Amino acid sequence: MADSSSDILWQLDQVDFAYKNQPVLAEIQLALSAGKCYGILGPNGSGKTTLLDLLCGLSPPDKGDLLYRGTPLYQWQKRELAKRVAQVPQDFQVRFGFSVREVVEMGRHPHLGRFASLTSQGHALVDAVMEEMGVAGFASRSVTRLSGGEKQRVAVARALVQDPEVLLLDEATSNLDIYHSLSILALIRRRVVEQSLTVVAAIHDLNLATYFCDELIFLKNGQIICQGPTDQVLRPDIIQKVYGVEAQVRKDAFSACNQVSYRLPA
Amino acid sequence: MAARPVSTLITGAGLLLLLLISIVMSATMGFMEIPVATVLQLITHALSLGSGDMAMDPIVTAVVMDVRLPRILAAVLVGGMLALCGTVFQAILLNPLADPYTLGISSGAAFGASLVIVLQVVGWMLPTSFSVPLFAFLGSIGTLFTVLALASEDRRLSSTSLILSGVIVAAILSAAIGFLKFVADEQVGIIIFWLMGSLSGISRQNILLLLPAILIGMTVCLFYSRDLNIMATGERAAITLGINTVRLRWVLLITCSLMTALCVSVSGIIGFVGLIVPHLLRHLLGPDNRQLIILSTLGGGLLLLVADTITRAVLPAEVPIGVLTALIGGPFFAYIFKKRQQENG
Repeated sequence: MADSSSDILWQLDQVDFAYKNQPVLAEIQLALSAGKCYGILGPNGSGKTTLLDLLCGLSPPDKGDLLYRGTPLYQWQKRELAKRVAQVPQDFQVRFGFSVREVVEMGRHPHLGRFASLTSQGHALVDAVMEEMGVAGFASRSVTRLSGGEKQRVAVARALVQDPEVLLLDEATSNLDIYHSLSILALIRRRVVEQSLTVVAAIHDLNLATYFCDELIFLKNGQIICQGPTDQVLRPDIIQKVYGVEAQVRKDAFSACNQVSYRLPA
Repeated sequence: MAARPVSTLITGAGLLLLLLISIVMSATMGFMEIPVATVLQLITHALSLGSGDMAMDPIVTAVVMDVRLPRILAAVLVGGMLALCGTVFQAILLNPLADPYTLGISSGAAFGASLVIVLQVVGWMLPTSFSVPLFAFLGSIGTLFTVLALASEDRRLSSTSLILSGVIVAAILSAAIGFLKFVADEQVGIIIFWLMGSLSGISRQNILLLLPAILIGMTVCLFYSRDLNIMATGERAAITLGINTVRLRWVLLITCSLMTALCVSVSGIIGFVGLIVPHLLRHLLGPDNRQLIILSTLGGGLLLLVADTITRAVLPAEVPIGVLTALIGGPFFAYIFKKRQQENG
């Protein structure tokens, strides 16, 4: 995957999506390449989650073409797609008292046949990822008794155990404290660099986005306002246009990336 | 893996052993006391397919083999199926308080069967052995489709819409059953007795219907058991793990509705088995449906057998089994419900 520009995963052409006759996304034109980390930014209700839903086949577009690796997404077998695309939801809720380990192991589901149980390799992968995500210490605790942050780390662990080529993050770290959100994003970032993992992340925090993403996609009212490499599109005028706040972007030596500060317009 | 209070394997083996002991013990009990050794002899003889003659009192043989064992096996199979359906309904609807009643399935089956009884009263002579199960099937499947149609505006059949639709349909059906009772006039006793549930009318044919049903039903449910586990982490998560959640719901709801209908047609309405057994086992052993489906089936069979033996052989007069399970199960369920609230609160 040296030449990432030729390795296009998703191609969206004039994609529209409406929920109960209410247009949510309109005329989305997008090409997402492998091995990059994309950030989807925009105000509440701008269609970030819906866009992620479209990408993982949760809802079909009403109009336009949506291709994954050149094949229309709806033609993909759900199980095949699940081996390639994993999603971490915004708010990971589990209804029964499954243990942390049981929940993480569910990530192997698309790789396992009916009635089959985990191979020793599968167990090793589960162990390694749980260790990496810092959830191994409470592997046997019930997920219903975890804090929001712990639960979210379990969700990320499960998605990684799925061994996908793409990770979709829907505000996956917005409930986490600074340490955990940075460390999880750093771990994911490392997989992007080392293993050519592709990430598409809906993010609220602009400063996290600059730290984490190669390219940004700004959405407003279901339309793409601007997209491009992070350092080119993270500009005060665009932030003003998308969010309606005055902003300053400056290079921050301490965190070694751009930092945004903002205020309400006078 | 998880730190559960009780090990799954031990529980499974224990339940199976208890179930076998209960089957034998129950066969000894009743109006005529029969020694354990005799019962064991008869069962092993029957299992080895009757090779060779046995010097056994024909009356004792008839009591055990033709009267008691069919009813005992029916209690085990019906109880097992009710608990199996309860487990699956709870997992699909993400609601630990769900069972075939929540969706109105049992009421639908009861309506269908009551209709046969009323039609007989007004003079349509339908053969009971054939038409009661058939109408119960039609009633439950009709109910299931009505509930699904009501909930289908919501494309993904979410559990809230399903449960609300179930409550609505069940309310209408219970009024309809009330009307049937009114029409039945003097014959209302038959319907009432049947609605309260009883295993007294079991025949060998019933067993031949129940046994394959539970085996097929259990296989289907086990086939989807890992998918069911994943459903507990949310619809979206399940879809992104490659699960066709709509198909999963359809297949399991129909399978369990058929099993429920069969139970209702054979034994009337027997409540709380399908609710308590999975609930209690999940509490003790964790929510993994791969194990829960098997254990609940064993546990349900055991519970209903014990309850039926009590009403058949211990109590001075036979109380409808549905009344007994509700009278024992209801307060017991209230107790665990309260206790779990305190633990979680």
